[in-house]
Amino acid sequence: MSIEVRNIVKKFGDFAALDHVDLTVPHGELMALLGPSGSGKTTLLRIIAGLDWPDSGEVAFDGENALSRAPGERSVGFVFQHYALFRHMTVFENVAFGLRVQPRSVRKDEAAIRARVKELLDLVQLDWLSSRYPSQLSGGQRQRIALARALAIEPRVLLLDEPFGALDAKVRKELRTWLRSLHEEINVTSIFVTHDQEEALEVANSVVVMDKGHIEQIGTPSDVYDNPQTAFVHGFIGESIVLPVEVDDGRVRLGDTPLNIAAERGSSGPSKLFVRRHDMQISPCGWGGLEGTVRRVRTFGPIQRADIVVSGNRGETIIEIDVPRDRELRDGEVVGLQPRRYRIFADRI
Amino acid sequence: MGLTLTWLAIIVLLPLAGLFLKSFELSFAQFVDIVTSRRTLNALKISFGLAFLAALVNLVMGGIIVWALVRYRFPGRRIFDAIVDVPFALPTAVAGIALTTLFAQNGWLGAPLAELGIKVSFTPLGIFVAMVFIGIPFVVRTVQPVLIDLDPEIEEAAASLGANRWQTVSRVILPSLLPALLTGFALAFARAVGEYGSVIFIAGNLPNVSEIAPLLIVIRLSEFRYADATAIAVVMLVVAFLVIFLVNRMQRWAQLRVPAH
Repeated sequence: MSIEVRNIVKKFGDFAALDHVDLTVPHGELMALLGPSGSGKTTLLRIIAGLDWPDSGEVAFDGENALSRAPGERSVGFVFQHYALFRHMTVFENVAFGLRVQPRSVRKDEAAIRARVKELLDLVQLDWLSSRYPSQLSGGQRQRIALARALAIEPRVLLLDEPFGALDAKVRKELRTWLRSLHEEINVTSIFVTHDQEEALEVANSVVVMDKGHIEQIGTPSDVYDNPQTAFVHGFIGESIVLPVEVDDGRVRLGDTPLNIAAERGSSGPSKLFVRRHDMQISPCGWGGLEGTVRRVRTFGPIQRADIVVSGNRGETIIEIDVPRDRELRDGEVVGLQPRRYRIFADRI
Repeated sequence: MGLTLTWLAIIVLLPLAGLFLKSFELSFAQFVDIVTSRRTLNALKISFGLAFLAALVNLVMGGIIVWALVRYRFPGRRIFDAIVDVPFALPTAVAGIALTTLFAQNGWLGAPLAELGIKVSFTPLGIFVAMVFIGIPFVVRTVQPVLIDLDPEIEEAAASLGANRWQTVSRVILPSLLPALLTGFALAFARAVGEYGSVIFIAGNLPNVSEIAPLLIVIRLSEFRYADATAIAVVMLVVAFLVIFLVNRMQRWAQLRVPAH
């Protein structure tokens, strides 16, 4: 099922959790909503599920208005960060819940319910736990049961709110791979919320980066990593070296020193120069104006990492770069810096 | 462990043993005579019957009150929350006199009720009102922490799985609260059975009509019929123990379905 979100606004008091958000999720997508806390990603997910209502805007499933439907009528499977399992029910009854509360006219008979639950427990590879209670399971097992429960109603869309947020690193990694392959198997349109960029880039086939109630960029994982469209995305995804610069009709200055790099033609004003750490290399002085003083060098394993102080008219900036082991650096040495790839974004006013 | 048992023995079991010993001064026939006399039976019936009804009402009303206190934010919530404890703290005689005045035929609530032909003070209904009053905090205070712990997300989970409000309440919320509700019910019941101070002011204390068992015990004591008094006390003790034991078993059964973490 495809999902369309149009012009959604949601405010909590004066705080705009979502500020005119548009999003289209094609059928069969596995999409990540990625952003820092407070970016509105969970609110957006809850609005799609029907657990929250927007102040204005539209949500459509396959072109049909979904906002007029209660959460139970949207055919949405929702998985909560803290599982929200029914602790007085066995694993089996938890998974069967969605089938048992169906209106009598469409409810399956007991044998069919049992067969379906068995099938789902097999799918999440936990059929041997069916008579246990949630409190007897590990976190990873609970999350898989929560997923099986959500899948029981044969949802047309699966929504997961920080599904691995409460798990330890190892289980997290396992479940990521597992979610990926599960999605390939059942191919239901899925959206998951995460604040962990690695998780988003590794699991999803498209990533929506959000900040402060806005969508900053939508793209494939390699797209948002290699071609960030905004300063926020460049800073949030991957590690970046950031230098405050001045742009004057496409010419870039650091303090009073003109740099031998170009910004977009016609752009002007205070801006920021973004360079991935592995794209910044040491070069002889006088290459293009970008210079710094070596402050501290650390060596571990195959890499040598140096703090370099770069001064501009907005004060000093310390940047951290990787240098090959064979290049000897001394404290206080002045070196040139050459970005192989870089992006310049004008400061938002 | 040893300390607990010793302490329990001194504080609880010793007085009870004394009670039983005293009742052995009676022959079996005498004992049966006393406890099956019309007045004793009626007093026991009033005490246990009304206490049961009052605990039942407290179970329902206490459940509703605790839901409002935990789940809603309204002005004065903290004050209401504190008011719940008043029946705990108020001397029972004060509560009894206040309720009697309130429900007397010229009282604030008694007068309008009297116009409807309902008499509360000096009737069994009055006993019931007093028992409800003193029992309500037990239900509220036992259920409150459990309800606070109950994650609102499980309701959202139920809703997204297609459950309507009634299915969510009956299949998800109530079963999770059941052990706490039963405990509250048992405590409210036990308190109401043993209640003396507040009830005797409002009851009217007519033998066979509105005379509670604890009062009958006091009457027998004032007549120096100590063995009679202990016989009634023993019956009360045994019945109360059986009821609480039963509730405990139900609680265990409910708890088995909600294993501790």
